[in-house]
Order: sequence, then C-alpha cells, then structure tokens
Amino acid sequence: MAEKVQNAIPLSELAPGSKAKVLTLFAEGMVRRRLLDLGVVPQTIIECIRRSPIGDPTAYRIRGTTIGLRRDDAKQIMVEPLVE
Amino acid sequence: MSCMCIEKRTELLHHKFGIAALAGQKVVALAGNPNTGKSTVFNALTGLNQHTGNWPGKTVGNAQGTFTHKGQPFLLVDLPGTYSLLPNSADEQVARDFICFGQPDVTLVVVDATAMERNLNLALQVMEITDQVVLCVNLMDEAKRKGIEIDIEGLSKKLGIPVVATAARQKQGLEELRDCLLDVACGNITPVPFTLRYSQEVEQAISELEPKLTPLLKGTMKARWVALRLLDGDDTLLEDIERYMTEEALQDPSLSREREVSPSWPQA
Repeated sequence: MAEKVQNAIPLSELAPGSKAKVLTLFAEGMVRRRLLDLGVVPQTIIECIRRSPIGDPTAYRIRGTTIGLRRDDAKQIMVEPLVE
Repeated sequence: MSCMCIEKRTELLHHKFGIAALAGQKVVALAGNPNTGKSTVFNALTGLNQHTGNWPGKTVGNAQGTFTHKGQPFLLVDLPGTYSLLPNSADEQVARDFICFGQPDVTLVVVDATAMERNLNLALQVMEITDQVVLCVNLMDEAKRKGIEIDIEGLSKKLGIPVVATAARQKQGLEELRDCLLDVACGNITPVPFTLRYSQEVEQAISELEPKLTPLLKGTMKARWVALRLLDGDDTLLEDIERYMTEEALQDPSLSREREVSPSWPQA
C-alpha cells in the first residue's frame, strides 16, 4: 500500500499512450460529482490517449469512452501509473 | 401516479413540459446515456407516430411518440441522453425535471450492454427517484460480438426491477419490452428497486429529514431522494419544487403564466 502511494501522480502528468489506475479524487462539488458520473472512481483504469496541440485539454479513455479533461480537472485525480 | 388526479397531470404535462397526453394514455419517459441506442429504441417502439419540438424555454430537443400495445395507448417521451440526473447542464435538468415532476407512469432506462458499469449509474439514480422503472439492456448484439455475457435475470433480481434485453436495430426483444412497460404501467408488476445505502452519518441525516418531507411531497417523489439532494446542497431542486409543485400554479393556469412576466413591467 505504501509503495502505491509513492507512485502516485496526478492524472495530468500521465504521458499519452500510458495507462494508470485511479487512487483518489481530490475534486470537490460539481466537478467531483461529474467525474464520478463519468466513471472515474477508485480502481478505474484510465488511458491517456492524446493531448491537444496546445497541451490542454487531454483525451482519456475511461471505461470504454473517450473523454476530454482539462488539466485543472485532471490534476485533481491521483493515479498510479501501470507498467506494461 | 395514484395521488395525482389524471386531469391535473395532463395540465401539468401540457403547461410545464409542452406535452399533450390524451386521457387513458400511459406516459413513458425514456432515459439513458448518450450512444446507448436510446433513439433506436424510441423509433422501434413508436415507428412513424412521432412529434418533435423543444422543451418549453429550453434549446433542448424533445421527441414524443405514441404506440398501442394490447389495446393500451402509450405516449413515449424521449429525454436528452445524460450520464447523470444531477443537473450540470440544461439536458440533465430537463431529464431530471421530467422524471421528478412529469409524473410518468414508467421510466424506461436504456443502457449499453457493452458499457454496463458506466450506464448503471444513471439507472441507480432513476431508481432513487421513482419505483416505476424498467431497464432495457440494449446493443445485446454488439455485446455478444465482444464476448460479453449479461445475466439478465440476475440483474433483475439484484436491482429489483424488470430487465429486458434488446437489440433494437435488429428489432429483437421489443415485444417483451412492450409487455414489460404494460405490466408496470398498469400495476401488474410492482418494481421494488434496490436501495443504495450511504454512510452512517448520511443515513442518520436522511432518517431525520424523511418523515418531515413525506407529507409535503404527497407521494409525488421519494422523500429519501429529496432528502439526499437537500443534503447535497442542490438548490436547483428547491427552485424546481416551487416551479412544478405549487398548488395554485397547478389549479390556475393563468396565474402561472402571469408569474413568468417580470413584476416590474408596467401594466397597460
């Protein structure tokens, strides 16, 4: 468990093409609600698909659907990168 | 629903939602995530008997259709595709308002068989608002192709509501779906939806609010759900309760129209 926390990074830092598992959600209020509704709950596997040309937003594959998230929102999701 | 007389509901549907329901017609609300084939289900059930427009005061499309099954006329209202019923957008608000205040006889939730995890979130939210729910697991053909198997009977048992598997594009499962809607709308089947339990503190707060809300809501929606939204700090619901449930507004349509005019407007 302690090891996992050491690996934790915000989703915004995940490189395109790599996958990560959701650990915690720091977002509050409506953003939190929205992320939960979209299926961003602990243990969910998220893949970073690609970044837009200006670096924000970024497309993520979440539970079978591609969803664009802003950096500010992605920052609030702590993930554990998965090694392929 | 039993507590609200039929004429009153017809008037409410007409004035607040721009929907003209005929006497004896059972009203079915159609809800679902985007890309679940919800519109395919709508088309398959209603055929060419459709009418499209907008929700009053919203730039959100509204489709209504009719069909008759075993002699019972139905009015099917296609709600905007949403991931959630907690209003983040005009679409979600329209969907929520109709399920809460439009008093549909049945709410049919269409889910994508290949993305059940995400889709069932909406189904659970609808089940918190009303007991009159039928689940339609659509795109069964695509799920089969992807090697996904769904235990329809197990799902129905677990959720406490009727569940029907369909492949609307292939016109599969539609007859069973119609039967199911008829059974729930006419009271032959009474769904008993699974109740989501929250943390002890939340449950404590709900149990304090629920008995106070029950007499105020007069059975129109579940007090437990309203209590949860109040605990959420969802002010939009309070505004909507005032807009849709104020007795005077319902009894006197001219009054409700006058209220839309700014009070400071000089009278001619």
